[in-house]
Order: sequence, then C-alpha cells, then structure tokens
Amino acid sequence: MVNDTAPPFFPMERAAACPFDPPPALHDLQDQAPLTRVRLWDGSTPWLVTRHAEQRTLLADQRLSAAIDSPGYPLPGPARPRDSKGGGSIGFILMDDPEHARLRRMVTAPFAIKRVEALRPAIQKIVDDLIDEMLAGPRPVDLVEAFALPVPSLVICALLGVPYTDHDLFQGHSRNLISRSVPIEERSASFTALHDYLDDLIGSKLDHPDDGLLSQLAERVRGGELKRSDAAGIGVLLLVAGHETTANMIALGTLALLEHPDQLALLRDSDDPKLVASAVEELLRYLNITHTGRRRAALEDIDIAGVTIRAGEGVIMANDIGNRDPSMFDAPDDLDLTRDARRHVAFGFGVHQCLGQPLARLELQVVYSTLYRRIPTLRRATELDAIPFKHDGAVYGVYELPVSW
Amino acid sequence: MKITLDQDKCVASGQCVMAAPDVFDQRDEDGIAVLLTSTPGDTDADDVHHAAAVCPAVAIRVQD
Repeated sequence: MVNDTAPPFFPMERAAACPFDPPPALHDLQDQAPLTRVRLWDGSTPWLVTRHAEQRTLLADQRLSAAIDSPGYPLPGPARPRDSKGGGSIGFILMDDPEHARLRRMVTAPFAIKRVEALRPAIQKIVDDLIDEMLAGPRPVDLVEAFALPVPSLVICALLGVPYTDHDLFQGHSRNLISRSVPIEERSASFTALHDYLDDLIGSKLDHPDDGLLSQLAERVRGGELKRSDAAGIGVLLLVAGHETTANMIALGTLALLEHPDQLALLRDSDDPKLVASAVEELLRYLNITHTGRRRAALEDIDIAGVTIRAGEGVIMANDIGNRDPSMFDAPDDLDLTRDARRHVAFGFGVHQCLGQPLARLELQVVYSTLYRRIPTLRRATELDAIPFKHDGAVYGVYELPVSW
Repeated sequence: MKITLDQDKCVASGQCVMAAPDVFDQRDEDGIAVLLTSTPGDTDADDVHHAAAVCPAVAIRVQD
C-alpha cells in the first residue's frame, strides 16, 4: 500500500479530558501496525514501536544501541554540549555493553531484592512521619511538596549518602534537567551543577567514608577502577532517577485512585500484601510515567514484523502505549488493581531495564498501603482541570496536587 | 523441568527472585542471579516460567 501522507509528529499530545491515557494518536498507530514512521523535532523519521511484543523483542536486541552518539539515535531535543571535564554523561543509561555492564554492576548490589526489602521498616517510618506532619498541618496541602517528593528523596539520600538538607538544590536541578520546556542552556547548567555537586560529595567521601553507595563508588575511584567523572555521572543518574520517578508515581497514582474511587476503596479496605503489590504493578502499567519512549539506534539491519529496520535508523519504543496493548492486557484502558499486570514495560526491558525498580516498588507498596488507610477521607482540593500536568516533562506527573480531608 | 541461567547476561534486576523466590536468589556482591536449584518441582513451574518471561536480559531458559 502506498502511503503518501507525511509521518505524524512525535511526541503526540494527550487528550485534555483523559490525562491518564496515552495520546489518542498512539492508539491509532498501534491499530495500524506494530512499527510505523514518525517525525521528530529535527525532521528525522525514526520507527515508532507501539505494540508490547515487538517492544520487548527489540529492547532485548543488542543490535540496537542506547548510545546517544550512535548514528541515527533519535534525540528528544537539541543535544546538550558535552561537558568539558570529559565524559560528563548521565551515568551508564546512554552507554552500550560491555562498558555499560561494567559500570552498572558496580551499583547493583544495594538494589537486590532482599537488600531492598530490609529497608521496609525505615521507609514505613519515613511515610508515617510525613503523614503525621501533614495531619498536623494546614489544609489544603500540596501533596507533591508535602509527601510525594520527600518520601523518595529521603530514601535515595540515605541509600547514596547524600545530605537531605540539600534537597532544594538537587530537586530544583533535577526538575530542570528532565523538563522539555526549560531552555537547553538552563538544562546544561543544571546538569553541570548536579555533576559538580556529586563530584564534590564523592571527593568528601574519599576522606570521610560512610556506608552509603557514593562511598563505595569513591573507593572504586581510589582503586583506579572508575574515573571520578564517571562516578559523579552515576551519582547524578541515581539521585535524579531515584526521586523524580517515584515522586511522580506517588502523586499521579494518588490522583488516578481518587478518580477511580472503587479501586481506591479496594486498596484502602484491604491489608493483603498481594493486593498491594498487584496495585503497584497495575498503576505502573496504567500510568507509565516515562512517556517519551525508550530510544535506540540500529547498529545492523533488523527484520521484525514485516519491516526492515536499517542500520543507522532510529527506533523509539513507546512503552506507554505498549502497556495499553489489547493483545497483552484485556480491557487495557481500565484501571484494575486485581489484574496480573506484571509483564508491563513501564521499567523498560532488556539490559537497560530500570536498576532501581525493587526500591521503587517497595516505596510505592508502603505509600499506597498507608496513605489512604491513614487518611481515608483524602480528596482533591481543586477541580481536575485546574491541576497542572507535566505534559512537558520527560517524566509525566503533576506539578502540584492540592488535597484535603 | 530443568533451568539454565546465563550469569554473563544477567543484569541483576531481581525479577526472577520476585517471581520465584524458592528457585532464584542474588549474589551479595553484585546482585547477579543464582540458582538455588536447577531442577525445581512441579509446584514451582508457573513461577519459574513467569521468571523466565519477565527476565529483562532473557538470561533464563526453561526445559519442561
């Protein structure tokens, strides 16, 4: 079939009335074919992969490169100038194996399931204390500021050995770094500021080690296994990814539950850890906050689903629509906390799948099983259409969520 | 049922431990997966198949 229409622009816009759903145009593309062409800001026309099965297959295929300087890599916007101090990359997220694997394995130990599970009492205390403060404070309150951001920030600070008192600094720069509406110069400045901040911290850990992950990286720098700039880059990655994503899942997840009171009631009225775990997976699937797609460049020709991705072409796996694929999930646009959603691709798939997912899951399990039970009358304190959604963010969510009870 | 696990491919996501904690564990030093048994009983079959399906590195092979 000859298709003489120009590929649609990506990313697409969500429908204003459906802030929890992927853009309707993505549904249309998914209906057409597993892979279609889209047009990006720079005029390039990479492949967009919209179906769950092909997304998993391609994300596990090492003939696709995650390195941002690979020919054809579909950049989300103008590239940030490379840091003059050398490297300056944001950790290993934009690298390929074997260097990616070498660096990633330096920081995997604290994210092992049992190590993370051991943090449950400490995270429960953080959550309970913040709820105590909210209950004792004025109403309405912004749930993002009072609860959703502090929970994961406190947790990742403790894990890394970053002083939480610096939260204004790293939260502000993180917000800039992942915004698509902040000018590139300002984003570059925020990256440099974060990189310098982590570099200084690693320097101080060399002299004053503690039991945090940054100290372990500092030891590897001392031993010559790791360049200090790479250590700082890993620190930036873990600090930013460690609080922004989970914070958005807490606030957006709460809003989604408030808009689905039958589902909220299920969670509030149950103390079954299996239902709580299932609810976390379903909210990850349904909300899929990393909504600008997993991006790769083909290093070789790859035949898939009747098309050939040529070497040097860009590929974007739109995991938000992949998680709404009806061939994988029945009634995919329904929020159903009792469904088995565990095969979602919200954390990606393949060797780059989210490193912090056990920690994110645990934090969300504690939050979702505590907040609505302790504040059973929790409600929005403004109209839904007055809530500012992060349409311009690399990570979706809400900028603020006024709540009362 | 026989399981093979490719530790060179493993990315320490821990998905297998979540899916089938009686069959998989993780090394203390780097979180890489280890097999507690390579021939689990029938009662673990569903969990093991699920573990293989969700392993992001496709490092788990199951022969029934």
